[in-house]
Amino acid sequence: MPSIGQFPNSRKPLMGYFLSPMHRILAKQTLSPNVTRLDVQAPRIAQIRQAGQFAIVHLAENSERIPLTVADSNPETGTITLVIQAVGKSTNELVALNVGDAIRDVAGPLGHPTEMIESGHALCIGGGVGTAVVHPIAQSLQQRGVRVTSVIGGRSKEWVIFEPELKRYGQVVVCTDDGSYGRKGFVTDAAKEILANDKVDIVYAVGPVPMMRAVANLTKTFGVHTIVSLNPVMIDGTGMCGGCRVSLGNEIKFACVDGPEFDGHLVNFDELQDRLATYREFEQKSLACASENCRIEKQLSAQAKA
Amino acid sequence: MPPRITAKERMQITRQAMPEQNATERSHNFLEVNLGFPERLALLEADRCLQCKDPRCAKGCPVGVNIPQFLDLLSNGKIAEAAQSLLCDNALPAVTGRVCPQETQCEAECVRAAKGLPVGVGYLERYVADWAREHRDQLPQNKPQPSGKKVAIVGSGPAGLTAAGELAKHGHAVTIYEALHKPGGVLVYGIPEFRLPKKIVAQEVERLEEAGVKIECNVVIGRTYTIPELQQNFDAIFIANGAGLPVFMNVPGENFKGVYSANEYLTRINLMAAYEFPRSDTPVLQGKRVAVVGGGNVAMDAVRTAKRLGAEEAMIVYRRTHDELPARAEEVHHAEQEGVRFEFLTAPLEVVGNDKRWVTGMKCQKMKLGEPDSSGRRRPEPIPGSEFILDCDTVVVAIGTKANPLLTATCPDLKLNKWGNIVADENGATSIPGVFAGGDIVRGAATVILAMGDGKKAAQAMHSYLSKTAAVTA
Ligand SMILES: Cc1cc2nc3c(=O)[nH]c(=O)nc-3n(C[C@H](O)[C@H](O)[C@H](O)COP(=O)(O)OP(=O)(O)OC[C@H]3O[C@@H](n4cnc5c(N)ncnc54)[C@H](O)[C@@H]3O)c2cc1C
Ligand SMILES: Cc1cc2nc3c(=O)[nH]c(=O)nc-3n(C[C@H](O)[C@H](O)[C@H](O)COP(=O)(O)OP(=O)(O)OC[C@H]3O[C@@H](n4cnc5c(N)ncnc54)[C@H](O)[C@@H]3O)c2cc1C
Ligand code: SF4
Ligand code: SF4
Ligand code: FES
Repeated sequence: MPSIGQFPNSRKPLMGYFLSPMHRILAKQTLSPNVTRLDVQAPRIAQIRQAGQFAIVHLAENSERIPLTVADSNPETGTITLVIQAVGKSTNELVALNVGDAIRDVAGPLGHPTEMIESGHALCIGGGVGTAVVHPIAQSLQQRGVRVTSVIGGRSKEWVIFEPELKRYGQVVVCTDDGSYGRKGFVTDAAKEILANDKVDIVYAVGPVPMMRAVANLTKTFGVHTIVSLNPVMIDGTGMCGGCRVSLGNEIKFACVDGPEFDGHLVNFDELQDRLATYREFEQKSLACASENCRIEKQLSAQAKA
Repeated sequence: MPPRITAKERMQITRQAMPEQNATERSHNFLEVNLGFPERLALLEADRCLQCKDPRCAKGCPVGVNIPQFLDLLSNGKIAEAAQSLLCDNALPAVTGRVCPQETQCEAECVRAAKGLPVGVGYLERYVADWAREHRDQLPQNKPQPSGKKVAIVGSGPAGLTAAGELAKHGHAVTIYEALHKPGGVLVYGIPEFRLPKKIVAQEVERLEEAGVKIECNVVIGRTYTIPELQQNFDAIFIANGAGLPVFMNVPGENFKGVYSANEYLTRINLMAAYEFPRSDTPVLQGKRVAVVGGGNVAMDAVRTAKRLGAEEAMIVYRRTHDELPARAEEVHHAEQEGVRFEFLTAPLEVVGNDKRWVTGMKCQKMKLGEPDSSGRRRPEPIPGSEFILDCDTVVVAIGTKANPLLTATCPDLKLNKWGNIVADENGATSIPGVFAGGDIVRGAATVILAMGDGKKAAQAMHSYLSKTAAVTA
């Protein structure tokens, strides 16, 4: 048992709050044009996280709290691996960090560990950055002695990530939309072939909502249990706000505590897709605001306040 | 020596009004509404206290603040002593002085309420506490002998903070684990800045840290550590993780864009400072017509916040009438002054949306009050055929919270009641020896001062428990 209450970094009080234990970035790697891997110090999470779990990351005082999957961890160095696709302000700020920089808050591991099978054949399907989420699932399945086949995809060759890592756990089929690498087409095409020709006991699918919906529709016809990892907007990640609610059949679930992985055949993907668009206008403004113009505006408003 | 002031003279002083920000102005800003008494008014108000031999006011206070004592010290100009007396009974007076429902507690019992208005205990508590915050150096600091015992507290809301302070006084090494990135619980994520400035909570937390309490944020008990894991490393545990699971209405359309739980709405705005967007990164929808469902403190906070975010119409939708509103009277009064519209005897049936699934209204039903129910309140009954559409673009659901199972699910030995609240006796003792609990997780959504009372009682029980047990190896 690791000792509790002892964090490796000393903390000093600041403005009434203790600074969080420093979550320093120890390594950084660009995986594809907009996907970056950060190895971040978070010793406790590194020790106990399981496949399927995520952390809430809060970069600095005025930042958003955003959920990111723990893609891997190293209990020895006390680091967790975050694989981040830069889509908006918060993720862009994170991927702009360099080795030695620190993140203010990292809370976790959150969510339920992935529902596993103990033998048989699992098909792991990853689209884009979702491949990073599939990685710990494939890893854990392989460790249990489950045969793993991975199908991963990206727009073109440079968008394909985690291929070498997934190869360690079993066969990997790569698909690109433009055919620049692996086979041409969508991951669902390759998955369909495998489902038709091989016995598959369970399917894990993580990626953009339309991809997960397509996989779920496909596996329904084959009658194969399918688990998807949902990505609704989250704040606290502890079940307190209900912002991450998703519909499964007639039931409402909070993705952060009841999920984030659910039975893909029950998920209401239309609603999820729709709710994800809630803040589109704000997101654009937030990104634009990171630009020079807005910095001036901020200065002016600060001056006006003073 | 003749008394400085006679009882008759005391009776002649009328209750002093709290200076407040003008209603039109404040409904557009997040600055505190109540401005606080200047010294002159505070002394005058304190002189209204008759110094009852058997003070009924103190019996109305859940933590039994010695009200006549601190008021006497205050009115005699001994403010440092008044502060000491107050802080001895109440760990967070700057908070309770602002948010306690005084009109149903201490002030309800004040003898002066029989003929006229009660002594403004809450306002004076706030006055003395604010003085103490500004003059911390003038208050004695006694460093207790370390007891060698370690205590873990789950949650940094009022219950956890109070217990921490009390246990630290006895020299126990206290660590608070908080799931969010800032300590304070509802005081920072729920109750808005205009009612309880976050600076005050921060100062109270700072005071605890100076007294040796350690606060670890971003630790989610049930995930980062479990209670059984904590048991191996601490001599006693106090669970005060609040009642943080929002209840929804379970009506069609509740997942349309523009429907929030009050927890989400207020957390975005308070904890994440969404009202400063884009200077802070977290957005919140700024509805033009905001309907808040519910009638408690949470609903009042949400509706007054909506107004401040620029809503043209901010409405309370409540099944009963004005008389049954469970919110503090002052909050209802302030909301009315700020132009909040009240739709009484109205119950939502459905959230209505457009083809893009944005909220456009709420289908409601008119109600009438029938026979009293088990709680003694008259039960609202629907009036058939009274359905109508209430025009709105944002809906905030403030109809209550339940116990969050995140922690309890990982501690199967902990006895729960049928609603998932932890079962604890009057000293906070749970079904597990050495594990105590209090605040909203035991009571269901209650009040700040009741949570603090639980924290204090549990701390006393924990102290006597700790005196009888050997320390776990550090
Ligand atoms: C359980 C879970 C695990 C995730 N794991 C990863 C991961 O490993 N790698 C990765 O790159 N992304 C992951 N995401 C998605 C990631 O959280 C969002 O991309 C990120 O929050 C976007 O923030 P932004 O400010 O950069 O973009 P924004 O401009 O704010 O938004 C861009 C998109 O992200 C969505 N989004 C915005 N805020 C949030 C939020 N607080 N929570 C969730 N989604 C949001 C928006 O709906 C929008 O579609 C995960 C999401 C969840 C729920
Ligand atoms: C908007 C609003 C307005 C209110 N207004 C008033 C008012 O005017 N007057 C009044 O008397 N009362 C008011 N109340 C009620 C009052 O705030 C609560 O009764 C009180 O805060 C309960 O205190 P607590 O310490 O039990 O829990 P909380 O204040 O809820 O604190 C619990 C803390 O535990 C943390 N936590 C939860 N789970 C975990 C976990 N697993 N691990 C670690 N930490 C965890 C939470 O993040 C939180 O910080 C209001 C409540 C709300 C929501
Ligand atoms: S703590 Fe609350 S009830 Fe007690 S005296 Fe103060 S304001 Fe009154
Ligand atoms: S009951 Fe009223 S008058 Fe009497 S001691 Fe209390 S506050 Fe003073
Ligand atoms: S993120 Fe708030 S309840 Fe899930």
